[in-house]
Amino acid sequence: MSTQTLRRQLRPAQWARPGGLAPILAILVVLLVLITARQPDFLSPPSLMSFLGRSAPIILLAAGQYFVIVCGEFDLSVGALVTAQVVVAARLIDSDPTRTWPVVLVLLVGGALVGLVNGLVTTRLGVPSFVTTLGMFLVLVGAVYLWSDGAPKGGLTEEFRQYGRRAVEDVPLLGRIPYAVVILVLVATVAVLLTRADFGRILIAVGDNPRTARLSGVRVWRTRTAAFVLSGLAAAIAAILIGGYSGVSFQAGAGLEFGAITAVVLGGVALGGGRGSVVGAMLGATTLELLFALMNFYGISGALRPAVQGVIILVAVAVAARRSTSR
Amino acid sequence: MTTRSLLPARRPVPGVFVALAITWAIGWLVVLVDGGHLVNQSTTVSLLHVAAGLGFVAVGQTLVILGGSLDLSVAYVVSLSTLVAAETMAGRDSALLPAIGLTLLVSAGIGLLNGLLVTAGRINAFIATLGVGLLLKGYLDNGYAGPAGTTSPALVQTLGYQRVGPVPLAFLLLLLVAGACWFALARTRFGHHLLAVGGDEEVARLSGVRTHRVRVTAHVLCSLCAGIAGVYLASRLGSGAPRVGSEGLYDLESIAAVVIGGTALAGGRGGVVGTIGGVLLLAAIDAVFNQLAVDAFAKQVVRGVIIIAAVAVYARGTLRKVAG
Repeated sequence: MSTQTLRRQLRPAQWARPGGLAPILAILVVLLVLITARQPDFLSPPSLMSFLGRSAPIILLAAGQYFVIVCGEFDLSVGALVTAQVVVAARLIDSDPTRTWPVVLVLLVGGALVGLVNGLVTTRLGVPSFVTTLGMFLVLVGAVYLWSDGAPKGGLTEEFRQYGRRAVEDVPLLGRIPYAVVILVLVATVAVLLTRADFGRILIAVGDNPRTARLSGVRVWRTRTAAFVLSGLAAAIAAILIGGYSGVSFQAGAGLEFGAITAVVLGGVALGGGRGSVVGAMLGATTLELLFALMNFYGISGALRPAVQGVIILVAVAVAARRSTSR
Repeated sequence: MTTRSLLPARRPVPGVFVALAITWAIGWLVVLVDGGHLVNQSTTVSLLHVAAGLGFVAVGQTLVILGGSLDLSVAYVVSLSTLVAAETMAGRDSALLPAIGLTLLVSAGIGLLNGLLVTAGRINAFIATLGVGLLLKGYLDNGYAGPAGTTSPALVQTLGYQRVGPVPLAFLLLLLVAGACWFALARTRFGHHLLAVGGDEEVARLSGVRTHRVRVTAHVLCSLCAGIAGVYLASRLGSGAPRVGSEGLYDLESIAAVVIGGTALAGGRGGVVGTIGGVLLLAAIDAVFNQLAVDAFAKQVVRGVIIIAAVAVYARGTLRKVAG
């Protein structure tokens, strides 16, 4: 072996470093191979598009959660926020098509507001975000049940639901592209641009070492609060898609916060902050959804899903931990 | 270093007891105006029963949080423990002790797994215990559609419903467990090491503390406490319940009780006495709302606000200290 190849091996490329995209891409490819072995036409454009459409909400939530986690915080309130938004949307719209757009606006503002409260309580009052967002989780779930007397009221209009379940038809090559995928691509582009901009670098600096960041002139609390607002906004968009796809229910967002955090960690983002990319987080969410699709195709009972999910998370994170310590 | 810091750490009464007293007084007044009574035999008994169930889990949770870790799997350990206990007993008093032994063994095993994943596996505690929790959830969802097994009548009569005056036996057992944990934290080497590890793992390691062993022990003790909570719930319900833990939100509520009790979520600071206060505070809110027959959902909103507010008050204190 020449010294040159040796040196190349000792210095891994950007994407292969811990926190890089190599592990998640490897898992993704393995899952895709396993799925196509069982269901050869999974990779055909129509089925792939509908898979992406179904997965869009959790991918969006993972992107939102990325901003919060990479700056060293948690957002446990997103699942409850999605539930609250879906129920609120149904009651406010009350099957009246003219109210669709105002309500969409209300949802986006509401999501941002919840994020703002999370952020301000965490940064200005010094409450650990785990506790802040856990409290917000309880408040949101309680409030939405209280407001609707225990059963969802009203209804969503077709104008509202189309984003979650309709598609742009007759596209050459791809067939139909669900609106959810269009929205996903738009949001993902914005998210990537944000992380490439100064904001994204400051976010990572804050997560890596808030003290150093502050001494270098970063207003840490503003950066963190902005991250929470982004997570709230992502939850609002996810709620619009979920409401459209599966309708109104108190279970609409149940467990999504843990799903999103799992996805982010699978994507190589370090809990505690300072390392990882938003693309990794979104790929992590895609992997998680692929895993569920795989279990479907192989006829594994739905009840066993959590167990399989648990094992995969433990193995993936343990492997990632090994890689980063053998550095 | 001043001589003061060499003395055993003495803290003033945790603020949570002040909050508890105020909550209690306001609750008593409001209930009185509403035409009811907060302080009578039946409400006190039910309050202490609620406190006992959450208390076992929260005391265990205190230990792992003090050590800088976290356990999100406790809710499923509780559910699993009710099933192991009730199915092994199968209604026979003769199987009482073996069943409790087996339950504690199973929960200790899960704690060991959690501990090893966190220490030897170097997995973040949040993810490790979430993963183990999901594993258990899968097992429970797959194997059980509803209640299973029968708790032995002797256990139901003693741990489930026996009382000394208005105080349930289970609450006395909780005080015993909490007392043992307090002693372990304040007077034993394990306790001091645990606080050291929670304060700064690297410094503790360099000072010769076997950090891994300490953290694994904390996880085993935490799961054991969840196992005891499971046995207690089985004795109340008369059978094993596969979803009692997750529906009772024992994972998040126990963490909430710990932080309300003044233990720092980052570890290294706090104790079980505050946790008992936090548990009683949550149980008192429950009792007041039950007496007022207010919607269960309003209760949750108030709980959420109280949890955030309580921790914000603690944070004020520490922020000032850091800033000063």
